[in-house]
Amino acid sequence: MQNNYQSSEISSRRKNFIIFFIVLTGLIFLTRLFFIQIIDHRYKIFANSNIQRIVTDYPARGLIYDRNGELMVFNEPYYDLMVLPGQVREMDTLEFINLLDITKEQLENRLQAARVYSRFRASVFERQISKDIYAVLQEKLFKYPGFYVQPRTLRKYPEPVAAHTFGYVGEAGPAEIAANPYYRPGDYIGISGIERHYEEILRGQKGTRIVLVDALNREIGSFQEGRYDTLAVAGTDLYASLDLELQMYGEKLLQNKRGSIVAIEPSSGEILALVSSPGYDPNLLVGRIRTQNYQMLQNDTLKPLFNRALMASYPPGSVFKVANFLVGLQEGGITTHSRYGCPGYYRSGGITIRCRTHPQPVNVVSGLQYSCNTFSAIQFRNTLELPKFESMQQALTTWRDHIVSMGFGVTFDSDLSHELPGQIGSADYYDRIYGPRGWKALTVISLAIGQGEIGTTPVQLANLAATVANRGYYFTPHVVKAIGHPDSLNPGFLTRKRTTIDSVHFEVMAQAMFETVETGTGRFSRMDDISMAGKTGTVQNPHGENHSAFIAFAPVENPQIAISVIVENAGGGATWAAPISSLMIEKYINREVKRDWFEQRILDAAF
Amino acid sequence: MRPQFNFFKNIDKITVLLFFFLVIIGWVNVYAAEINENHRSIFDFSQSYGKQFVWIITAILLITIIFTIDMKFFPAFAYIIFGGVMLLLVGVLLFGTTVNASKSWFHIGPVAIQPAEFAKYATALALARVIYDNKSKSRTFKDLLKPLMIIAIPTLLIFLQNDTGTTLVFAAFFIVLYREGFVPGWIIILGIFGVFLFVLTLLINEFVIIGVLTGLSLIIAFFLRKKTSSVKQLLALMLLINAYVYVVDYAYDEILQPHQKMRIAVLIDESVDQRGAGYNLHQSKIAIGSGGLTGKGFLQGTQTKFSFVPEQGTDFIFCTVGEEWGFVGSVVLIGLFLTLLIRIILLAERQRSVFSRVFGYSLASIIFFHFMVNIGMTIGLVPVIGIPLPMISYGGSSLWAFSVFLFTFLKLDSRRLEFL
Ligand SMILES: [Zn+2]
Repeated sequence: MQNNYQSSEISSRRKNFIIFFIVLTGLIFLTRLFFIQIIDHRYKIFANSNIQRIVTDYPARGLIYDRNGELMVFNEPYYDLMVLPGQVREMDTLEFINLLDITKEQLENRLQAARVYSRFRASVFERQISKDIYAVLQEKLFKYPGFYVQPRTLRKYPEPVAAHTFGYVGEAGPAEIAANPYYRPGDYIGISGIERHYEEILRGQKGTRIVLVDALNREIGSFQEGRYDTLAVAGTDLYASLDLELQMYGEKLLQNKRGSIVAIEPSSGEILALVSSPGYDPNLLVGRIRTQNYQMLQNDTLKPLFNRALMASYPPGSVFKVANFLVGLQEGGITTHSRYGCPGYYRSGGITIRCRTHPQPVNVVSGLQYSCNTFSAIQFRNTLELPKFESMQQALTTWRDHIVSMGFGVTFDSDLSHELPGQIGSADYYDRIYGPRGWKALTVISLAIGQGEIGTTPVQLANLAATVANRGYYFTPHVVKAIGHPDSLNPGFLTRKRTTIDSVHFEVMAQAMFETVETGTGRFSRMDDISMAGKTGTVQNPHGENHSAFIAFAPVENPQIAISVIVENAGGGATWAAPISSLMIEKYINREVKRDWFEQRILDAAF
Repeated sequence: MRPQFNFFKNIDKITVLLFFFLVIIGWVNVYAAEINENHRSIFDFSQSYGKQFVWIITAILLITIIFTIDMKFFPAFAYIIFGGVMLLLVGVLLFGTTVNASKSWFHIGPVAIQPAEFAKYATALALARVIYDNKSKSRTFKDLLKPLMIIAIPTLLIFLQNDTGTTLVFAAFFIVLYREGFVPGWIIILGIFGVFLFVLTLLINEFVIIGVLTGLSLIIAFFLRKKTSSVKQLLALMLLINAYVYVVDYAYDEILQPHQKMRIAVLIDESVDQRGAGYNLHQSKIAIGSGGLTGKGFLQGTQTKFSFVPEQGTDFIFCTVGEEWGFVGSVVLIGLFLTLLIRIILLAERQRSVFSRVFGYSLASIIFFHFMVNIGMTIGLVPVIGIPLPMISYGGSSLWAFSVFLFTFLKLDSRRLEFL
């Protein structure tokens, strides 16, 4: 057997077997093809009498409610006219262009563009066709094979408020499509605000259906009982932490003014109101009118698209004394017993900081109450020059670390979009400017009164008020309270952020802020029925009138709201920002405002 | 003998004709499958059909070069070519680009080359050389070792590229080993029977198969009852088969991964995988089935053009043939392939050199395997495995590789009388 492998007889048998096997395979194929192509007529029916169309089902985007279950964002249905170039046949062009009110060139150009994209994938031919055209088109669609109507939805806002917070939705661009295969040309995607941050939760999951279309271009059913279809999954609803009424009231108070209001619930970090003025009607940035309106808003000199509450970085002025005093108490630069006289100014080494006339001498409580610059400068310098610090760098870094622990100089990494960090002067920075040995406490003394190399955003200031309200900790400020179910909690923001300052010192500051409103710089805004703690501030503005600033929380014993208000070019904090804060607090806690003249004065003001 | 300047002398004209028939059919169908309304010219180089024309022209250039080479070059350089291509396979693993999850492409400027396509050719050369060198002419297991090594190296390297289709193609070399007597016929038959039973087991309840087989064996045993030894052998075989059926059933249920099950399950019942492979297979069958007896006519196909059929120009090119040219077209194409395959085998048999014969059989086996898997896949007889239909599918590497392969053999054949 070993040697006859090459005998011609055996070789020939093997050759014949191989040829037999090849021919057998060919015959099996031909038999199978005979059955498929000639005997079995099902395939011709599938292919000839039906045209299949792949239809995308866009699920409804999740709705957005406010913290009390009031609807803030919903969807309105509309229709896109779609075209599948590969299925377009001869048609009555004249009637078609009259119906859609387009020119013959437009028709040709759009068909050409659709063909260039794909002959077999649908393109949008006309976006958001009107209800009238839709009604007529429904009747006549059978005359235009290859065209069909795709139902879609648009965002709609019952009250034109909180535009910056919601952000907007737009068509996915080439970059988004390249980055995520989920999106196709014509799909919508959240571009900013909540719409962007919660995009995947809000959008749901689109589905595809293969439908059969008859010769009259009408859907006649699903292909193979829908066995190849995927179901669309509806988007999930969100519960914003905003209080719709408070938000509306805040926007009303800031009418004809530039500035911002941020109100936070201290016990959760939930943002109750986030106002940036001037704002815009969110209904302007929806659907086919979006691009045009966006251009208009962008060219507006008042910059309505700019979200001041998160992005405007101001030197905070006197409100920052709260943070500085806390560091002084913690490090031992001052104690609650420290008392200093104020001659109306602070002068040292050729530097003068002016103060105003107020009762003398001052301690840490009355220093804040009267916003004494002299006391602020002394305590700041004492702190930086404490003997325990080996260098000015170490002292300033210690101060800065405390400040950062209160949320300044960094972003909260929250669900807020386009949040900016602001800045807090660092030892490195001063080393670069003055050289490592070229600066001392006096060089940076303006930090003591919240000026100089310091920039804070309104949301950071509101968070400072919330931190004092909590006596030493805060929750990341955020705008979505619950996902899916109103009683659930947004899992991203449940951790307490402790500051590096002991809570006893916060107790002192809470007391000082209370005194500020009772008998100090904020007394004009004092309410009889609600105990408020606050701090006024005047933001130096080299370009014009100073900005009016105020931070507050209330009620002092059981804080439910913490707030920061900045009114640009309005002057002192006590005159405008503090009254606005007190009105917001009254509105939130009592649900109504009784001080009519006080309210009217604000509504009438314009800066 | 005078120096031979007529390179194409003695070339087998029938094979050349068949080759060019298939190439032209392929080009026309790639055009029909992928036609772009805005670029209707078949010579438009921005489209796949225009590029295919370039591939055809360059393939003819390659063929000419092959024919100017002295035929002694091929056995002499067989191992060097093999080694070079194996290095390329290693290189593509390290530096190649990934297309469709397979890391098997070299991109050189605008040209993409798939070394795996040329590995078949190189392996055929090396296999022919190693069997030719086996002067002992014995066929023990030790003799089988070297040929097996030569087949195993590229198989492994291509497997590592995650290119399942091309890896499986190397199984075709077993046909060559069978012809050369390394593998006995019953192993081949057993293999085919095993696959057949495997599918049957998943299709029909295993107890029905066991029952039918037992019944059949008993009937045959009844007629053979006088030859006791045959009856014993038959009954032993029956037991073995029953055990196999049982093991297959168990293995499918318990051992295979879900995605592996899916490929097989789709084949048996196309409704199983609702979105993936099942849909593709269903669309492929609709396209072919709707062609009827004479087809819808050139460029008149609807299914292949509405992008329901995937990979219309490459792996599923047979759909276009079936849809536009109908059963008649299918018969012609399959007929052409069978004629080509038989012609190559007959040419291989008339070689005086073992080298040329083994090389010829390798060529026939590889083309046959591609033909079987590719067309079988489109009509739902073979699982969906992505390999091209030789000479027909769009693609430069495949066309070049098969042209070089076929014409190297024709060169050897044209000089067969000079070979020792
Ligand atoms: Zn003072």
